[in-house]
Amino acid sequence: MTAKQDTQSLGAKAPLAAGFRDPVHDAQACFRAVMNAMARPGSRQPVGAPDLTPPAPLTPVAAALALTLLDYDTPLWLDKPLMASGAVKAFLRFHTGAPIVSEPVEAAFALVSSPGQMVPLAGFNQGSAEYPDSSATVILLGQDFQAAQTVTLSGPGIENSTVFSTGPLPPVFWEQAVANSRQFPRGIDLIFAGSSDIAALPRSTRILPTEA
Amino acid sequence: MTDTARIQDSIHEQDEYNFAYLDEQTKRMIRRAILKGIAIPGYQVPFASREMPMPYGWGTGGVQVTAAILGRNDCLKMIDQGSDDTTNAVSLRGFFEKTAGVRTTCETAEATIIQTRHRIPEKPLTGEQILVFQVPIPEPLRFLEPRETETRKMHALEDYGLMHVKLYEDIARNGHIATTYAYPVKVNDRYVMDPSPTPKFDNPKIDRMAALQLYGAGREKRIYAIPPHTKVRSLDFEDYPFEIQQFDKPCGLCGADNVYLDEVILDDEGGRMFVCSDSDYCEERRAQGHLGPMAADPAAARIGTKEPA
Amino acid sequence: MYVAVKGGEKAIRNAHKLTAKRRRGDTSVPALTLEQIAQQLSHSVARVMGEGSLYDETLAALAIKQARGDLIEAAFLMRAYRTTLPRFGYSTPVDTGAMRIERRISATYKDLPGGQVLGPTFDYSHRLLDFALAAEDDGVLRTAETAESVDEAMPRVTDLLGDEGLMEPDPVSDEDTPVGDLTREPLSFPADRDLRLQNLARGDEGFLLALAYSTQRGYGRTHPFAGEIRYGEVEVEFFAEELGFAVTLGSIKVTECQMVNQFAGSARAAPTFTRGYGLVFGQVERKAMSMAMVDRSMRWQELGEEQVAPAQDIEFVLSHSDNIQATGFVEHLKLPHYVDFQAELDLVRRMRAEWFGRREQQEEGEAAPEAAQ
Repeated sequence: MTAKQDTQSLGAKAPLAAGFRDPVHDAQACFRAVMNAMARPGSRQPVGAPDLTPPAPLTPVAAALALTLLDYDTPLWLDKPLMASGAVKAFLRFHTGAPIVSEPVEAAFALVSSPGQMVPLAGFNQGSAEYPDSSATVILLGQDFQAAQTVTLSGPGIENSTVFSTGPLPPVFWEQAVANSRQFPRGIDLIFAGSSDIAALPRSTRILPTEA
Repeated sequence: MTDTARIQDSIHEQDEYNFAYLDEQTKRMIRRAILKGIAIPGYQVPFASREMPMPYGWGTGGVQVTAAILGRNDCLKMIDQGSDDTTNAVSLRGFFEKTAGVRTTCETAEATIIQTRHRIPEKPLTGEQILVFQVPIPEPLRFLEPRETETRKMHALEDYGLMHVKLYEDIARNGHIATTYAYPVKVNDRYVMDPSPTPKFDNPKIDRMAALQLYGAGREKRIYAIPPHTKVRSLDFEDYPFEIQQFDKPCGLCGADNVYLDEVILDDEGGRMFVCSDSDYCEERRAQGHLGPMAADPAAARIGTKEPA
Repeated sequence: MYVAVKGGEKAIRNAHKLTAKRRRGDTSVPALTLEQIAQQLSHSVARVMGEGSLYDETLAALAIKQARGDLIEAAFLMRAYRTTLPRFGYSTPVDTGAMRIERRISATYKDLPGGQVLGPTFDYSHRLLDFALAAEDDGVLRTAETAESVDEAMPRVTDLLGDEGLMEPDPVSDEDTPVGDLTREPLSFPADRDLRLQNLARGDEGFLLALAYSTQRGYGRTHPFAGEIRYGEVEVEFFAEELGFAVTLGSIKVTECQMVNQFAGSARAAPTFTRGYGLVFGQVERKAMSMAMVDRSMRWQELGEEQVAPAQDIEFVLSHSDNIQATGFVEHLKLPHYVDFQAELDLVRRMRAEWFGRREQQEEGEAAPEAAQ
């Protein structure tokens, strides 16, 4: 109901961007990409989101992820640039109903549009020893998988090992990611959203930074 | 009668299922649980399992997982006890044909999603496939400690002493581990997991399988997963290593060795034969011209044919 | 053979056709109408609504008809239907104090404000088969003297006791505290009272009855008195955000039971009476009473009592109260299990061979010294 009010109040300014054209099958296709990404850490999975024109700095791929994964039951945290955009909040509230929270630790999902300035991974809910599944999933937007810095990944979902590169990321990122995987089974899970594909890094993956 | 009209209305609505029966909110909830399950291999993720139009204990967990991942272009294979033609496999396949209209198959190689109860196909699965297990009791420690509050602590502390004591007592009493199905495994060196009541014969297939494995327990409201290529070790002891069942004879129909066999009683005078539990595998071999020692037996004709006489 | 051949599909279809035919029975006997079931088997309808967790008499009547009178199967049909319904929100708490009473009794006071209203009940009837009913006669349909609901104000007995300070205060939770919903979040332990009561309200009447009975026989005695049992109609209201006030959605019939339990006090709490609470759809007094007794038993920790009996064991009770889950798992043993059985066959054969082998060795060992003598 709050979502409706938002659209109405927003309606005067700009029409709300549409959601999935085919909510059932578009969400299913996007989910399968996320599932494949999570099951094969570091692999790139195409996400088709040609119909989506979300307000910036939300990207079409990130919007597809949000529409696929979020709803009333998933508190959502947004980084500063996303939080600053009324249009982004209205879009997410209307299409997902997810409550937007102000503290990273309260969120089940986080959207980070400016990963270069992101808050430490340790600031998100890490889950508990008894319920490690209660931890957050953090989605990084605007990723370019041709970035210079590479890491080597191994563990569940990876036959032997695989090389992965993405960016932009803060300089301390891989250090934080290594610390994150060391506390397995606790820890957050990461999804990297590019312009037409995604990759994921669950907490179970062992990360070996490649010497630059 | 207004009431009757109303009921007819509501029944009509029931016919108009969402794709794969579940509503989108439920699918999202299950999908999120699946993702967490994949991220924490072998850990049982609690999920708000829904009442399904089939009873708890009859595959509601597997059905919910399949419904949450299934897409229009998938090709579904449904097996129970290794066979596509067992009553419940037929019933569940019909459920998805009706509610999702997806293509179904009996051929292992053709399927993109295989939902199974109690078996893993003999033919190795590929990275393009997903194996969904129906799970009755997901907690491997449940029969040693009935309390969820306690077993949850044990998993948190990685305290699996109780399980080792149980297996060791087996050895002390019987000279070997007396667990033949639902044989516990350790996933990625961390969580002890119940591979569902598959015979331990299938345990080696779970280890480093190329396909993603998803496990759904509807009544117990748990989902867990093993990502592709994940190390899965069957629990054992150095001096009593894990071993699988051995059969003395090949399949009576197709002559296959090193497959799991069902014992079929032929008469009341002790006559019996052993045939592949994986019916698709057996049929494919016979189509290729492989013949087992009893293929010519009139009794075999009754068992091996698809159409009832 | 019911497996292994492609006849499975045909066999299932035929089995279902046969069930439909058996359900209908002899077609020279008129078919039951839903109105007949709803009107004349109202206790069955109430049980199916309660355990099916969906208040709709006509749908419950349909479920009973379809299930051939198997009430657990009927409740299952209701649950499976319920789960497909969209959820608009939660009603405001039902005010049973404002109930339009049809029946209200208290075992603790001879007379009380509002009085005792016996209403419709099997109590004090002689359980003699009424052969007039067999003759399809309507029997003794005399107009009851107070068939209409009673308008007089009827304060709850527990409130009367509370005024004197003899009753523990009704635990009032914070307005903002979200009320749990086990159909939305999987139950985890320890479970709070809101979830426990929800679980019991959906739970199997027979299971709760047996547990309640066990507490009376000493397995965790709680000294219950039936403080009050009331049955009647209450309004269900929904707070509409758009309007800013609550609107009435309709009314439902419920049975409420407040057990009053003697409590000797503990190091933490002074002696007082404590509560057990039961609330169910329709007139299902046996269930409401059992629910109240089991609710009280499960409060042992909060009241500083010791856990000594099954009815107090929250995880045990809540994990096994749901008959839809229970019947599914018990009956799933009808599914083919021959793959696991084959594994066990192989093991038992092997273990027997080993056992006989050991015995033979033993006998030889015993025989050898004799031979030496």
